[in-house]
Amino acid sequence: MKEAMLSPITEAGRCALFLLRMLAGLRPGPALLRNVLQQTFLIGARSLVIIMVCGFFVGMVLALQSINALQQFGASDQVSLLVGKSLFRELGPVLTALLFAGRAGTSIAAEIGLMKATSQIDAMELMAIDPVQRIALPRFLAGLLSVPLLTAMFNALAILGAVVFSIGVMGLDAGVFWSKLQNGVYFQQDFMSGVWKSLVFGGIVSLVAVWYGFSSKPTGAGVGTATTNTVVVSSVLVLIFDFILTSFMT
Amino acid sequence: MAASKLEEHPFMQATESSAEALIKVRGLTFRRGQRRVLNHVDMDIPRGSVVAIMGPSGVGKTTILKLIAGQLQPDAGSVTINGKAVTGLNRRELFALREDMGFLLQNGALFTDLTVFENVATPLREHRRMKEEEIAVRVEEKLHAVGLSGTGELMPDALSGGMARRVALARAVVLNPSIVMFDEPMAGLDPIAVSTINQLIRQTNDDLGLTSIVVTHDVEQMSRLVDYCYIIADGRIAGQGHPDELRGSDNPAVKQFMNGHVDGPIPFHYDQASGAAS
Repeated sequence: MKEAMLSPITEAGRCALFLLRMLAGLRPGPALLRNVLQQTFLIGARSLVIIMVCGFFVGMVLALQSINALQQFGASDQVSLLVGKSLFRELGPVLTALLFAGRAGTSIAAEIGLMKATSQIDAMELMAIDPVQRIALPRFLAGLLSVPLLTAMFNALAILGAVVFSIGVMGLDAGVFWSKLQNGVYFQQDFMSGVWKSLVFGGIVSLVAVWYGFSSKPTGAGVGTATTNTVVVSSVLVLIFDFILTSFMT
Repeated sequence: MAASKLEEHPFMQATESSAEALIKVRGLTFRRGQRRVLNHVDMDIPRGSVVAIMGPSGVGKTTILKLIAGQLQPDAGSVTINGKAVTGLNRRELFALREDMGFLLQNGALFTDLTVFENVATPLREHRRMKEEEIAVRVEEKLHAVGLSGTGELMPDALSGGMARRVALARAVVLNPSIVMFDEPMAGLDPIAVSTINQLIRQTNDDLGLTSIVVTHDVEQMSRLVDYCYIIADGRIAGQGHPDELRGSDNPAVKQFMNGHVDGPIPFHYDQASGAAS
């Protein structure tokens, strides 16, 4: 019982030490920049399609639900405000982070786990190359960079989805839609709070992914467990931190 | 004790630099849990030689390589390379030491996301300040030496097992190290690939003036390749000498291993208490 309670705390401690080790060795330079950009392409740019498709449909369904609810009070022209605020503050960063965990987090954990299982990490150590700096750090930084950018794409496509449904299908006035959005959604309060959240979520998901990849057992089953743990733990942490950040930001 | 035997061996006396072994292992003891994997192992690896560490699977051969490279820390004993103790070095010192070592791991361990060229170039990019043209020349030179000129653009998954091992060999020697360690370099290869790798190990060792340690259990091939051989059984050195001499050994463990007998002191069944075969 005691062990079961202490185990997650020990794990969190080890993960924090891993993060410190990663950051302590941070040496900005062309090699790191090249690796980070390459990883940003592999884990960020390749997540674009899923993020854009999901964003578009989330925007559509959000508009549909909002219009249905607002119509009862004769306030369906407020739909853009409701969609905008909920997207920028909550749904954009949270859903993007959850999708990123499923799409990129799993691939990072599986890739590192497989490198471990096929002795590539060992080979790197023996070549006097620190695998934490060479493998984990670029992926962590790429995740940190990618999630805010992907969130911006998610939000843009979600707004487009809301426009298509509200104006195209429900026939709301386009001028009213855009003016409500422009006047009701604030840069600092709404937009930037989402940006900060997405940065934190990007850090959480990529840290969890590289940590589980590096701490996986070098077997097929070990890689599978690392992948599953990445999705489960990072999703739960994103939701917990969402509440914590929201409490401080409002 | 083991070291003095090697000093008396004709190979050591014939070697010009025999006065000082490049790698000295003394009283090396290593435990994994309750099980004592290595128990006071002594070894000398003379400069310029190809030395084999042989023995049945799971006996701790790879563990010895990891202890020599400082990847594992022994419970007792010491490893010195060129007079410098490996045990107790910090990470930075170990990394500096490893720049003078090359490794060929069991399956080659090529980086699967990099081309053959980039795999071989990785140590140069990390440890040498060289221009792209210089890197290209060095990589091509090493690939040519292992008979793989023109494969630079291939990905590792397009290579056969033997080719992957040769690329790994090119990568292992690209920094021109003084020591190269081979962990089961012939495992899982066809006879032609085995002979090719064997020939390359010998040729590379002699051409570049390296000191090579080969971990294997391929008795036949070792007879042709190595200058000296240590046989490990039950955590200790069961026998040492040239493979041809070891064939005539009276030691029951050496005899069993060299002749591939099922019955003998080297156990077959798993012993739950020690975690080893028994």
